[in-house]
Amino acid sequence: MPDRIMLQVARYRPEQDAGVSFQEYEVPCPKDWVVLDGLNYVKDRMDGTLSYRWSCRMGICGSCGMTVNGEPKLTCATFLADYAPGPVRVEPLRNFPIIRDLVVEIGDFMRKLVSVKPWIVRAKEKPLSEGEYLQTPQAMEEYTQFSMCINCMLCYAACPIYGLDPHFIGPAAIALAQRYNLDGRDEGSRERMEILSQDEGIWGCTFVGECTKVCPKNVDPAGAIQRYKLNAALDSLKAFLVPWGAR
Amino acid sequence: MTPSHDIVLVGGGGAGLRAAIAIAEANPRLSIAVVSKVYPMRSHTVSAEGGAAGVIRPDDSLDEHAYDTVSGGDWLSDQDAVEAFVKEAPEELLRLEHWGCPWSREPDGRIAVRPFGGMKKMRTWFAADKTGFHMLHTLFQTSLKYTRVVRYDEWFVTTLLVDDGRVQGVVALDVMSGRVEAITARAVILCTGGCGRVFPFTTNANIKNGDGMALAYRAGAPLKDMEFVQYHPTGLPFPGILITEAARSEGGYLINKDGYRYLQDYNLGKPAPQPVFRSMELGPRDRLSQAFMKELEKGRTIDTPYGPVVHLDLRHLGAKVINTKLPFVRELCLKYQNLDPIHELIPVRPVVHYMMGGVHTDINGATPLAGLYAAGEVACVSINGANRLGSNSLPELLVFGARAGRAAAAYASREEEMRPVVLAQAKDERRRLENEFLHKTGGRERLATLRDEMQKTMELSAGIYRSGTELARAVDQLRSLQQRFTTVSVDDQSRTFNTERLAALELSFMLDVAEAIVNSALRREESRGAHQRTDFPARDDQRFLAHSLIYRKPDGACRVDSRPVTISRWPPAERVYGR
Amino acid sequence: MSDHPVHTAYHPRWIRRRMSTYWWLQRWSYLAFILRELSSIFVAWFVVYLLLLVGAVNQGDAGYREFLQWSASPLVLVFNVMSLGFIVFHAITWFNLAPQAMVVHLGTRRVPGVWVAASNYVAWVLASALVGWVLLM
Repeated sequence: MPDRIMLQVARYRPEQDAGVSFQEYEVPCPKDWVVLDGLNYVKDRMDGTLSYRWSCRMGICGSCGMTVNGEPKLTCATFLADYAPGPVRVEPLRNFPIIRDLVVEIGDFMRKLVSVKPWIVRAKEKPLSEGEYLQTPQAMEEYTQFSMCINCMLCYAACPIYGLDPHFIGPAAIALAQRYNLDGRDEGSRERMEILSQDEGIWGCTFVGECTKVCPKNVDPAGAIQRYKLNAALDSLKAFLVPWGAR
Repeated sequence: MTPSHDIVLVGGGGAGLRAAIAIAEANPRLSIAVVSKVYPMRSHTVSAEGGAAGVIRPDDSLDEHAYDTVSGGDWLSDQDAVEAFVKEAPEELLRLEHWGCPWSREPDGRIAVRPFGGMKKMRTWFAADKTGFHMLHTLFQTSLKYTRVVRYDEWFVTTLLVDDGRVQGVVALDVMSGRVEAITARAVILCTGGCGRVFPFTTNANIKNGDGMALAYRAGAPLKDMEFVQYHPTGLPFPGILITEAARSEGGYLINKDGYRYLQDYNLGKPAPQPVFRSMELGPRDRLSQAFMKELEKGRTIDTPYGPVVHLDLRHLGAKVINTKLPFVRELCLKYQNLDPIHELIPVRPVVHYMMGGVHTDINGATPLAGLYAAGEVACVSINGANRLGSNSLPELLVFGARAGRAAAAYASREEEMRPVVLAQAKDERRRLENEFLHKTGGRERLATLRDEMQKTMELSAGIYRSGTELARAVDQLRSLQQRFTTVSVDDQSRTFNTERLAALELSFMLDVAEAIVNSALRREESRGAHQRTDFPARDDQRFLAHSLIYRKPDGACRVDSRPVTISRWPPAERVYGR
Repeated sequence: MSDHPVHTAYHPRWIRRRMSTYWWLQRWSYLAFILRELSSIFVAWFVVYLLLLVGAVNQGDAGYREFLQWSASPLVLVFNVMSLGFIVFHAITWFNLAPQAMVVHLGTRRVPGVWVAASNYVAWVLASALVGWVLLM
């Protein structure tokens, strides 16, 4: 077990660089250091100009997603020692514009998040005095998995469709829409259906399945999208056969 | 064109988002800005695990929740605020349920509650063991409905704009471009969270640097009860990651190097196979952390490369319970310590977790500075007193976030137009940020060096056990660090996403907050709740049944004052656990 | 919620990277995905082949023999073998992905994904057995 490892970090300083270059830093490699610890070591002791996002370092805030040796990973959950003897290539997340060094622009995702109406839609709100909506543990299981998304966007970085066509709404946004659709308290499926059954919605997805593979929280966005496709298709069929029928 | 809104919220976590929604609902015509240095879903609320307390069972009562909170706070909580809090907590949690929060349920579909440390009855609502995550995402996604709420994501507030005794907005730095802008407002609500990063071992994220506390302090508002820093008894030693109290409420044991459940030696009851409310491992956090220090003195802790630890034993709970009730705990242990709690012991030690102290506010979140409000961990109302009970801080965000929002909305609806004189202040601030951080050359020490020294000083002198001499030494060391900070070296001279500049700003906030903590601690010559003095080991209600207030003097030094505690229903008594 | 309401005076130049035309060669999983999608061409070919077979049978004994001879020619043979490989690949990937697309409930409990996939395989084997029995009868 070597006690040092080489990091090859992508650098881009818009005020002085024309494009991305790589800089090498040799950092210690104890067995419980993660890639983020290596980056912090660089920033604290070697080169304060390296910019990257991080916060909780326990895999729940979703800030620290980067491309490590070609794979989208949470750098707080990726052990350096797993890459020994190295080098470890650290780059910003794919499919997003790079602002600086390892920092990417996620405004596109933030807008898409809003577009799927990720909130409880109800015709009539229940007054607080009537207490909670009853929801059995089995009913909760229907959507719980899709509610675990930490918005880390590793799925967008892994999705080739999103890379080829940035208009695609994307795995996390659709999974979140499903989270609400399958929640018994919500009545907004129809509204979301209109947005999601467009070309850039669920039909853009060709079930590559990479999003589910890289998701650190086992949300299974690919599954969410395919199930939604089934629903949407059945819905279209129903609307075609029974156009005057209420939902 | 200077951005201008009616109300600016600094911080987009649980309190900030709840306040924003409250304002939007109270007065839909007000223009609301949420200015956060990170995207809101990254706020530290997201990492809270255990649960949120609210009375819903028929065998429970508001008075009991209030009494548990008041006694847990060692009688330093303002009882009128506590009574309002326990009354509104269940309503707020229910409102969140209506907004979609996936609270865990009983088989019949009703909301489930579980026992929690320091509480005599079961009243802690929970969403598996990711309560804070679900609460924050529910609040954030619900807030997207309100179009009057404008977000400034990744804008870092560097100072408050104050004129004529009124707060009139903020100056903020757009992290992406480096542009410094004044954002004027009729009212400002601080929701920036706590300051755990002032200490070396903490469950807190990198972003918790006491920003709001320092902003208020520098603007002339007092900080209250800063000496009360809560240690959570079970954090992983290297990364400080929290192992939730729920692991103990489900039945985990704390054992020392002899495999002995040592808490029974510290007046916390007798060991029983099942967890007993307010006894042993379900005792309050401060007493459990203090027990660890005593075990350390006796040499009964286990040595590791990351310092002394004790063990949390979950093995007897079995795989089924661990996988259904504590899945995140298992995931954390596997991913960060490479061990499986089903078969192995978890090494834990006390880590700084929560700041009971903060910006002094009244029961509606208003500070003495007109136009300035605060809610959440950054504020000190105070409901938590000298020690916070687990699962009280999440409902605190909702109750006081909503209260501060409504109060600020009422204030902003009344107040006249802002005066443009503050724009000159913004120009000064822009100049300060350029000169002190960007064009700085010839600096001598690295930021990390100063930060590490500050953290070491705090852990040594302002840790679980404190003494007058150590605290006095800390006061001097922090003064010297403040001086050394003026000549710190900053490598990054660029404007675009300059995180080193942010780190320098955060360090300067932290130094102010650290000074407030040690000066307050020095002045409180008693032991109460989380503040334990080896030279004054007893509680002294005669002299110190009062809040400490700390003000910043123009020369940067501190002035400490005090303020009576509101004792309405429950006169001070002895804190008893395990009996 | 809206974006920043004020235009920033200084907007740093972001780098937008283009995906390479050969993106699908960068990872095994991408390559497998492309092959899976391409396999639909071979499925289409088999349908055409089946129609040709039916047409040949329709033309009587001579036509059918001609068809068999043509099928035995090396080019067609190799192509058909390749197609069989792709179709099996197509079927296996389809069945394995089925549980993700379809959540089946039995009463209130969810049927485990493994059973959904397994039921597809079982149906495949049964259908093949039936066809085989009819042919060999």
